[in-house]
Amino acid sequence: MYEFLANLFGSDVIASFITSALPFAFIVPFALFAVWLERKVSAHMQDRLGPMRVGYHGATQTIADILKLFQKEDITATDTDKKLFNIAPVLTFMGSYAAFAAIPFSSAYIGTGIDLGILYIVAVSGLVVAGILMAGWASNNKYSLYGAVRSAAQVVSYEIPTVIVILTVVVVVGSLNLTKITEFQTSRFWDWMIFGGSVAGIKKLILLPFMFIGFIILYISSLAETNRTPFDIPEAESELVGGYHTEYSGMKFAMFFLAEYANMFAVSAVAAALFFGGYHSPFGYFGNLTGMTWLVPIEQFFWFTAKGLFFVFVQMWLRWTLPRLRVDQLMTLCWKYLIPIAFVNFLIVALIMVL
Amino acid sequence: MLKTEQMVLNMGPQHPSTHGVLRLELELEGEIITKVTPHLGYLHRCFEKHCEAMTYPQIIPYVDRLDYLASMNNELGYAIAVERLLDIKVPERVEYIRVIMSELQRIASHLVAIGTYGIDIGAFTPFLYCFRDRERIITLFEKTCGARLLYNYIWVGGLSHDLPINFVNETRDFLKDFKKTIIEVNNLLSYNKIFIERTANVGILPVDVAINYGITGPNLRASGLKWDIRKDDPYSIYDRFDFDIPVGQGLHGQVGDCWDRYFLRVQEMDQSIRIIEQALVQLPEGEITSALPKRIKPVEGQIYSRVENPKGELGFFIVSKGQLQPFRVKVRPPSFVNLSIIGELCKGHLIADVIAILGSIDIVLGEVDR
Repeated sequence: MYEFLANLFGSDVIASFITSALPFAFIVPFALFAVWLERKVSAHMQDRLGPMRVGYHGATQTIADILKLFQKEDITATDTDKKLFNIAPVLTFMGSYAAFAAIPFSSAYIGTGIDLGILYIVAVSGLVVAGILMAGWASNNKYSLYGAVRSAAQVVSYEIPTVIVILTVVVVVGSLNLTKITEFQTSRFWDWMIFGGSVAGIKKLILLPFMFIGFIILYISSLAETNRTPFDIPEAESELVGGYHTEYSGMKFAMFFLAEYANMFAVSAVAAALFFGGYHSPFGYFGNLTGMTWLVPIEQFFWFTAKGLFFVFVQMWLRWTLPRLRVDQLMTLCWKYLIPIAFVNFLIVALIMVL
Repeated sequence: MLKTEQMVLNMGPQHPSTHGVLRLELELEGEIITKVTPHLGYLHRCFEKHCEAMTYPQIIPYVDRLDYLASMNNELGYAIAVERLLDIKVPERVEYIRVIMSELQRIASHLVAIGTYGIDIGAFTPFLYCFRDRERIITLFEKTCGARLLYNYIWVGGLSHDLPINFVNETRDFLKDFKKTIIEVNNLLSYNKIFIERTANVGILPVDVAINYGITGPNLRASGLKWDIRKDDPYSIYDRFDFDIPVGQGLHGQVGDCWDRYFLRVQEMDQSIRIIEQALVQLPEGEITSALPKRIKPVEGQIYSRVENPKGELGFFIVSKGQLQPFRVKVRPPSFVNLSIIGELCKGHLIADVIAILGSIDIVLGEVDR
C-alpha cells in the first residue's frame, strides 16, 4: 500500500501518513464489534441475554460505553509518575497498532510489504510489554506492579515458542515475507499450511502432523501474549483487582482496552496468515467466476477478516470456559512443555525439508 | 549488597475476592507468602449485645443477618435453642418444613460457595449456572414467606406461614432439574484439568490441625473426619432420614486440600437432595405453630444448642434470668472459627493460592463479624 501511494502522490510523507492511518479505520470498528461480540458470546454461554437495550440486540452498546468513557473524569492518583503514567496506554496501543502495518489483508492491501514482515510483527508486539511495565510502575500501586511484572515475564517467555513455530513455517516457505507465505498456500484449502502447505509429494503428508502441532503451540502462546484466559494472570481480577490497569480510568483505560482487542486480532491474523491460507478463499472466488476481477481483493479481505474473527471467537470461547492458571504453572507450561516440543517440532520439519 | 525487605500487601477490605469486607495483611517474599494476618470487624453490628435488649422472638430477624447466605439454618439453630430452653415440642409438620427449608438453604449456600470459588479460580461461567439454580430456590422461599434473603420464617415454636399451594411439586421439579446442573458444574469446573491443577495439593489441612483449630463443617469433613451434627448429635428430625456424610478422599491430591473442600460441597448437595426428597414424601398435614404462652419467658437457666450449618457448627449459648429478654446470647460462628486457619494454610504459598484457600474455606463476613 505504501509503495502504491508513494507512486500515486509522488511524496513519501503523504504516503506514510495515509498508510499509517488506514489500520485505524479497521481497528476501531473491529474493537467496537469485538467488545459487543465478547459480551454477547459470554452472555449466551452463561444462559443470559447480554446487552439488549441499545440498538438491535444491543448492537450499539459499545458506542454508548465509549461515549460514557469520554465523559469520565480522568483520575490520576497523587503519587503516580505522571509522564510514564500518560505514555503507557499510548505505547501499549502503539505496539498492537504497529503490527497491523505488515499484516496482509488481501493481495491488494498490505500496509508495507517488507521482506521481514513476520519478524517485524513479533518485534513490535514486544513493545506492548514496555507499555505494560510502564503502567505498572508508574501507577505506584502494588497490585499494578505485580500485574506488570507478571505480564513482562509471561509475554517474554511465550514469545520464544511463538518465534520457534514461526520459524517452522518460514523453513517450509523460505521467506519471512507474509505475502509470500500467504501466496505459498495457494487458493485450495488443502494447500494451507495446517495441511502441510503446497509442498509436493509425500513430504506434504509427513509434514501434516508437525504443522498441526506447530499451530496448536502458536495458538496457545498467542493466548498468553494477549493476556487472555487461561493466561490472564497479569490482570487476574480475583487476585490483582485489575492488574496493571487498576489505576486507569476514562479514556486511558479505553486505550488499554482497545490495545487488547487490537492485539487479539493481530495474533489471530498472524495465525490465519501462517497456517490457514491468509486471505485465500477456501472455495475459489466469485469475482474470477463472473469475470469481475476487481471483486477478488474485496473477497480476500472478507475471508481474511472472517478467519481472524473466527480465532478471536475461539479466544472468547476459551475465556468463558476455562479457569486461570497460576503464575508458576504458566511458566512450567511454557519452559518445560511448549518450548521443547516446539523446538523438536522445528528440527523435524527442518529435517524433512532438507531431505 | 542491596538491602531487601519484605513487601506488605493489603488485600481488602475493597478487593474482589475477599468475599466481603475482610482485610488480609500479606507479608510477601516476591509472590510467596510468609505471613497472613486477617483483620476483622468491618461488619460488626453488636449482634450479641443487641440481643440482650430484645425479647426472644424479636431476635429472629437479626439471626438472619449472621450468615446471610444461610438464613433458614440460622433461624433453625436459634429456634431450636430457645425451644430447648422452654422445653416445648413443635408439631410434626413444622419439623418437616424446617428440614426441607434448611436443606434447600444448604444447597443455596453451597451453590454460592461453588460459584464464587469458580470466580476466584478464574472461571466465570459456572458462577452464573450456580446462581441460576439458586434463584429458583430463592423463588421458592419468596413464595413461602415473601422474602428473598432474610426470611424471618422459622419462629420459636413454629413457622410464620404454611407452605404455599403447589410447593411440593415445584420443589420436586427443581430437584429434578438441579441434578443436571450438578453434572454440568462437575464437567465444567470440578474435573477441569486447570481447576484441579490450581486446587489439588494446595492449602492442605491435616485432620489434627483442623481439630485443634476447632474447624467444623465441610472443611473438617474434607480433612477426613466424619463429623456431622445432623448424624452425631441429631436435632429436629434428622435421625429419620437416610443420607450419607461425604468425607474428603484426596482424589486428585492429598486429603484436605482445596479441591477436597470444594468437592465435598458438591457431594453434600447430592445428600441434601436425598433428604428433601424423603421429607417431601413424608410431609404430614397439621398445625404450623405450637401452643405458646403470649409472652415467651423461659425459666432461669442456660442452654448451648448447636446445629449443622452449611459453613459448620453454629452454636447458640443463651442464658436466661427468667425475663422477657435473654441475659446473654453468645454465638459460636462457624465462619469466624474456620477463618482462623487461614494463616496456617497460606504460609509458603503464592498470592493466587491465598485466594484459592480463602474461597475454599467459604466464609461469610456477616457471620465472622456479627
